[in-house]
Amino acid sequence: MSPEPVDLSNHPPVIEADHVNLYYGTSHALKDISLSMRRNQVTAFIGPSGCGKSTLLRCLNRMNDLIDAVRVEGSIKLDGEEITGIKTDVISLRRRVGMVFQQSNPFPKSIYENIVYGLRIAGVNDKATLDETVERSLKGAAIWNEVKDRLHDSALGLSGGQAQRICIARAIATNPEVILMDEPCSALDPLSTLKIEELIDELKEQYTIIIVTHNMQQAARVSDATAFFYLGELIEMGDTKKIFTNPEKQQTEDYITGRFG
Amino acid sequence: MVLAAGGTLALILFMTLTLLAVILGNSLGYFWVKDMVRLKLKDGSLIMGQLTATGRHALTDVKRLQLKVGNRDLYSQDFRWVDDSEVVERTKPDDAYLLERREHGNFFGFLKELKGTDGVAVSPDPASLLRLHRQTEQRDEGLKEIRGRMSSLNQSSETLRLKIQKLEYKGAEANSAAIAALTEKRAKLTEEFDALNEQLNQKQAELNKATAVFGDASGTTKEIPLLEIVQIYQPNSMSVLDKAMAYLGKVRELLFDDPRESNTEGGLFPAIFGTIMMVLLMSVFSLPFGVVAAIYLREYAKEGKLVQMVRIAVNNLAGVPSIVYGVFGLGFFVYGIGGSLDKLLFPERLPTPVMGTGGILWASLTLALLTVPVVIVATEESLASIPKGIREGSLALGATKFQTLTKVLLPMATPGIMTGLVLSMARAVGEVAPLMMVGVVKLAPTLPFDGQFPFFHMDRKFMHLGFHIFDVGFQSPNVEAAKPMVYVTTLLLLLIVVAATSLAIRFRNQMRRRYTTSHF
Repeated sequence: MSPEPVDLSNHPPVIEADHVNLYYGTSHALKDISLSMRRNQVTAFIGPSGCGKSTLLRCLNRMNDLIDAVRVEGSIKLDGEEITGIKTDVISLRRRVGMVFQQSNPFPKSIYENIVYGLRIAGVNDKATLDETVERSLKGAAIWNEVKDRLHDSALGLSGGQAQRICIARAIATNPEVILMDEPCSALDPLSTLKIEELIDELKEQYTIIIVTHNMQQAARVSDATAFFYLGELIEMGDTKKIFTNPEKQQTEDYITGRFG
Repeated sequence: MVLAAGGTLALILFMTLTLLAVILGNSLGYFWVKDMVRLKLKDGSLIMGQLTATGRHALTDVKRLQLKVGNRDLYSQDFRWVDDSEVVERTKPDDAYLLERREHGNFFGFLKELKGTDGVAVSPDPASLLRLHRQTEQRDEGLKEIRGRMSSLNQSSETLRLKIQKLEYKGAEANSAAIAALTEKRAKLTEEFDALNEQLNQKQAELNKATAVFGDASGTTKEIPLLEIVQIYQPNSMSVLDKAMAYLGKVRELLFDDPRESNTEGGLFPAIFGTIMMVLLMSVFSLPFGVVAAIYLREYAKEGKLVQMVRIAVNNLAGVPSIVYGVFGLGFFVYGIGGSLDKLLFPERLPTPVMGTGGILWASLTLALLTVPVVIVATEESLASIPKGIREGSLALGATKFQTLTKVLLPMATPGIMTGLVLSMARAVGEVAPLMMVGVVKLAPTLPFDGQFPFFHMDRKFMHLGFHIFDVGFQSPNVEAAKPMVYVTTLLLLLIVVAATSLAIRFRNQMRRRYTTSHF
């Protein structure tokens, strides 16, 4: 069975990592990683715990800056623009690259205020714009119908799956180019997981999505391209179908067939 | 194990309840107007007073009674012990009077004669006494205007004096014209003041002609000007309702009036006011300072030896004995900062200090220093307890560290910060030792806040309930008579602590409901 050829002309690379090395103090966490992620595609990072997939994801919006003693070498480019340097405007980078976390983390504010948080801190206070953004984002995150009558209630009263979709809505409210998802479904029940997966499928029409997941079925279901990491190295990257049906490397095959990890 | 734990808990509860019972029992009864008893003794002498205690003599084991006999100006003591066996007859005369006076404590006795302001005798019956008393009080009230005018004249004259002093300091020669003008102005004020004073004296002398002659149980008489009397009771002919009203009146007096008789009688208003204002002022200093310090330690400072040392120092600061803060406050705030301010701003008044002496500002700052570790620790703890995800969520949306702090972290930490503030306030209300060095006094003639510009007088000394307890209980000339006042003051102090604490706890719970972080 040969993989279907994918037409990549509509999917130019958005993020390109080139020989990225990352050190936590003296430990070498990412080893010479080069890969690219394409526009309007879902790229999945898979691999066993501690393989560096989350670390790489956090390089893409510079969340690693929060940790002392992290050192990054090599180059990561977003639309051809270097984002690892000291000169990068981290604030505007984070507005262009949204993020959804493993644990849903709504702020202790109303649903409305959660969604417009990104706009407010950017100085947008126009009521009409905010209202419109709230509706668009909540619809985009497929939760509008569930919460439209209680926009001003606390976001802390929502269920786990709803809270996670609020976080997705919050991320898309600022109109990012890329959305990073760090195991977004690992704390959710199967039904909520299904909803999020369907959502990811819709979102890729507009956004470039990079998702870290432990769940190989999930990677197979939602992603177009998959990268497999092991002990800080990128073992193999390619079209998802190919990785899951006909991987080139023995390690990849061992991992996806459940022989280790 | 369960038994031991339960027993300990029961013991603690028992001790707390006993403490409360002692304070309540001793203080609540104080305002009840007790009946007066007249005792006839074996030797034929009569004594009258309120029964305050019964007991047995420590050595002879004879049963005896303690009577509050009042009339300190006649007997030079307020209380008397009488052996039970000595008492021949016990009566409760209906016409016995209890007078609360401005000086010399209570008078117990019978009305003999009565004179009006014109010096003419009036029939000595209870109704006339009350009527005359009310009249003189009202006429005295009418003198308020003159007194107010005199006080403001005094104030203006003092301001002028200080101006003259300043000009003289700058150079008496160069400013001689200005000084002369001011001196003249001041002389005019003094003239007006003297005229008013004479007028007032005259009127008061006239009012003081209204007197009543009272005789005690044995017949010794005493002429008392009606203006000297604060309250008139006839306890033995009062109904329970009358007594209840009298009780409420006394509580009102306690809360809103000034103290009399070196603090053993009258109200506690200046002390209540001073305590609350001092604690509020302290919160104004310690809250922002503590919160900012904690934010720096937790959010901005790089973890390292230095931060570790600062943290240890802060924690140890909370354990330093409070008197040490008093000494520090005296040395640093009062003599250091206050003294320097005096040299800079009021050099002409030296060596009389203006800021270089104890005052409510220095006292609040000293207490703020003492309580700031509590605020720092509480704020740090509550910042630390905010989940990492919230912080990252905000930053990932493009917020700066400062925006994250002000828009998400601080609101979430508010309940914890409030807890710290409550703890610090509760501690500050109860502190006495440091205050004695930096501004608390036994009797402050003026409040630290009044209608005179600039309204808040930070340099003024103030009264404090905690110090009041110590002062009344141990420093007053008449300790036995002051005992109930000690309990009343204690009760009031406890009530203030409880009120402040429960208010803040309510506020905190409201905040907590708004910012709970649990989900799922």
